[in-house]
Amino acid sequence: MTDLLPPARTLFDKIWDAHVVKTYADGTDLLYIDRHLVQEVSSPQAFAGMAAAGRALHRPDAHIAVADHAVPTKDRHVTLREGLAAAQVARLRENTAIHAIPYIPMNDRRHGIVHVIGPELGFTLPGCTLVCGDSHTSTHGAFGALAFGIGASECECVFSTQVLRQKRQRNMRVTVTGALPDGVSVKDIILSLIARIGVGGGIGFAIEYAGPAIRALSMEARMTLCNMTIEAGARVGLIAPDATTLDWVRGRPLSPLPGDEPAALRDWALLHSDPGAVFDREVEIDAATLAPHVSWGTTPEESLPVTGRVPDPAQVDDPARQARMRRSLDYMGLAPGTPLEEIAIDRVFIGSCTNGRLEDLRRAATILRGRHVANGVSAMAVPGSAQVRIAAEAEGLDRIFTDAGFEWRDAGCSMCVGMNDDRLSEGERCASTSNRNFEGRQGIGGRTHLMSPEMAAAAAIAGRLCDVRGLQ
Amino acid sequence: MIEPFIHLTAIAAPFPEGQIDTDVIFPARFLLLLEKRGLGRHLFHERRAKGGFVLDTPPWDGARILVTGPDFGTGSSREQAVWALADFGIRCVIGTSFGEIFHANCFRSCVLPIVLPPDAHARVMAAAEARQQITVDLPEQRIVLVDGEIGFHIEAHRKRSLLEGLDEVGAILRDDAADIAAFEAAQRAARPWLYLTAQQIAHFDDIKEGSE
Repeated sequence: MTDLLPPARTLFDKIWDAHVVKTYADGTDLLYIDRHLVQEVSSPQAFAGMAAAGRALHRPDAHIAVADHAVPTKDRHVTLREGLAAAQVARLRENTAIHAIPYIPMNDRRHGIVHVIGPELGFTLPGCTLVCGDSHTSTHGAFGALAFGIGASECECVFSTQVLRQKRQRNMRVTVTGALPDGVSVKDIILSLIARIGVGGGIGFAIEYAGPAIRALSMEARMTLCNMTIEAGARVGLIAPDATTLDWVRGRPLSPLPGDEPAALRDWALLHSDPGAVFDREVEIDAATLAPHVSWGTTPEESLPVTGRVPDPAQVDDPARQARMRRSLDYMGLAPGTPLEEIAIDRVFIGSCTNGRLEDLRRAATILRGRHVANGVSAMAVPGSAQVRIAAEAEGLDRIFTDAGFEWRDAGCSMCVGMNDDRLSEGERCASTSNRNFEGRQGIGGRTHLMSPEMAAAAAIAGRLCDVRGLQ
Repeated sequence: MIEPFIHLTAIAAPFPEGQIDTDVIFPARFLLLLEKRGLGRHLFHERRAKGGFVLDTPPWDGARILVTGPDFGTGSSREQAVWALADFGIRCVIGTSFGEIFHANCFRSCVLPIVLPPDAHARVMAAAEARQQITVDLPEQRIVLVDGEIGFHIEAHRKRSLLEGLDEVGAILRDDAADIAAFEAAQRAARPWLYLTAQQIAHFDDIKEGSE
């Protein structure tokens, strides 16, 4: 009897299977791409390649374009200054006009970081395949979408064909049980996961997050989790849609029209891993045991509970790992054994596609209310989108930030990637809610410590890395 | 047209550091450039600015192969990392693991990424450090060292595209257009909400020209 039942499949495999146009003899699949978010950094060469080959855009309605990396986050009433950034933004505007792709300009109310506005618009939907020339496209997996970052050449392929030839990833499940303690957030789940499996631990896998602690997360928190999945090496992170997902999606400008909604809901109800589905790797995390995390090195893997000390390479046996740690400590200007809470900071950045959403700003504001940033610390809050900014201002969060001594900016990638004027100077140390603490990521010689919004707020007040649980 | 990859005999530069991300390979501020060409001068920019970087040290300044540490090319999807390597003259990277997007991007510029188990990788690293010539033979899927050979795996379609310098987009449009059209017709019937209507796209009609 059992061989008559369809095989138990994972969520990832179900979405993948539903998008296979054809399977080649070597086992790779031609995968149909439903949606493509286009930004200014990865698209110019893709559009140029399409033009050089004399090819047409396959489906204009499958793309939305926005400039987020290179745009300034202040003084936007003044036109974008002359220079490379202005030229790059102008190129995107021209290319999208040629191909009739909707383009959202910088001062529009719908502007923001691609991974924030996709879900805001209802462009990101459960069960769809979604790509963008940006590694943090994994964010959209929070909706039960199959979403992954691609290179510029793959962007060109999607423009011209709406498909990508891909090898299917293997399945990993991260089950999170227990309840997050006060002062501990989803950022600490993902940092602890990366610390555990490493920045290469997820290479070749699609990671599904499951378990009661995941079900309890808001959409914003789920997006933070899937967003940083790429920092564990996995191109895809995803979560089965549930009532929380549907509450978000319903009524968005591009979500299913009323006539289509019943069928969409029936379809989405099937988007979960079947009981008995086999995962190639399983990881379990008990959220109740987690403490707030901070990174100390130059990869997200180099993260520890804030109650810890800077690790000592001398206590590590593997010479390659020891060399890696020494390089990190040298770049970060840290001595082994230093309590993490004694590390003084110069700058604070709250924002990015990881932690630039309304809930993130609320959590930081809870800590900042009635307090002020420490002397000598420069702090900025950069909402992930114009919609986030508008909503935050409507509930007075901007005043809490500015009263505390923060700058309150316009939306963009800002100091997460340092492509506009928002950068660290050589040797400056930053408490940051972004996703990467790579060498030079926030500016040449800049030193990044990754953490949650509430931990960054606490660091701003203390002037050093600080356990937010002592401030609540 | 991209130069196909068949055989390559060259000096290999040893760069054993682990977890070299694409921000280190090609720093973000140079992403404002709109072209693919000429990016080699920004390859490993900060590392090279400090002086003494392996790719600026003879004989490795003439290397066409880079032997990397684990998790090379993780992080950002920026294809500029591969364009910069190719522009610099690197046609092959040999490591124990690569960032997935970086790995996929390599093939688009006919840069061959080879994943080896640690033992075999250590032999190649030793040959690179000894300044020995290494031959990468793609048709036979082997690396020829002074003291022996090492086989490597590559997916059949990747191999073919490297050997022939194939244009994958052109091949899909030529061979698979009917399958794509059939898929779209079926999906549009089954899941119409995945196709935005004119009414939905009209959401953007009020966007004003010049609002930046």
